[in-house]
Amino acid sequence: MPAVHDRGGLPTDEPIDRQEHEWADWERQTQSLRTVLDQRGIMNVDELRRGIESIDPAEYESSTYFERWSASIETILVEKGVLSRAEIDERAQALRDRWGYPG
Amino acid sequence: MSKGEFYDTGWRPNDDVHRDEDGRPHDHPGVQEDAVLGVRASRALAMHELLVEKGVINDGEVDEAISRWSERVPSNGATLVAKAWSDPEFRTRLLEHPKETVVESGFVPEHNADIIVLENTSQVQHMVVCTLCSCYPTALLGPPPDWYKSFSYRSRAVTEPRKVMSEFGLELEHDVEVRVVDSNSELRFLVIPRRPEGTEGWSEAQLATLVTRDSMIGVAAPLTPGRV
Repeated sequence: MPAVHDRGGLPTDEPIDRQEHEWADWERQTQSLRTVLDQRGIMNVDELRRGIESIDPAEYESSTYFERWSASIETILVEKGVLSRAEIDERAQALRDRWGYPG
Repeated sequence: MSKGEFYDTGWRPNDDVHRDEDGRPHDHPGVQEDAVLGVRASRALAMHELLVEKGVINDGEVDEAISRWSERVPSNGATLVAKAWSDPEFRTRLLEHPKETVVESGFVPEHNADIIVLENTSQVQHMVVCTLCSCYPTALLGPPPDWYKSFSYRSRAVTEPRKVMSEFGLELEHDVEVRVVDSNSELRFLVIPRRPEGTEGWSEAQLATLVTRDSMIGVAAPLTPGRV
């Protein structure tokens, strides 16, 4: 059984959806935050991949592309002690309190 | 929460935007009255704010990186393809020394990744996939399209490339050999599609208008002179 990210040749009849979604700002931010962290020597592209490939399989399947990126960035930053899980929890909650929650 | 439905959150860590009475930024494009924040989006924004506050990265640095994406567009790759179609010496150099030629042409490969240029002919059709994720020559083609990152493309490109191409409008002759190449973080591919007939005497600039992104991924043919 291949790992969840190893999609090549996995049987599927799913059509290829060629519709492009409109990028949210947080997705652009996530993409470029990774670049900035790389330029600063904090996190390279192989670490991004390792973080993505270690996501729980069910979560991997149900996440969007940049949700996986962002989850990986969080994993690596916490692992390296750059940020703590608790402070991310706290700040994320504060942002959600300010902005409301998806219904 | 439906996937992918997030809104601008005014994530900039310095409060330099105008806010309405509820504290919501109102002068930023994309902000909606009923904007709400998903779990992953909120964590992404939280990380950015914290990294700036701690001085790990600078305020504005991510914005600058975002703006640099505007330089990465498929017309970069199209310029190289049109030149290769027009100039046999350049074509040879692009095929034999792809990375050097890409850099000489003014394009900066992502994370210094290597690049291989593959030429489609009447006998061989190359098609590019990244089965593990989304590796792609972004300096030449811009960010990969959603379909390139989709589970279905990553899977089906390997097992039924002809069917995939046909869904993109390319019906290959049966005697054309199909070679699917799998990108990775250290190696990206650019495909030179077959030059369309009826373009003799065209300038490089004219030819470049025929070269679509999808033709440089190898899933589709370039436009034909009647279809620009």
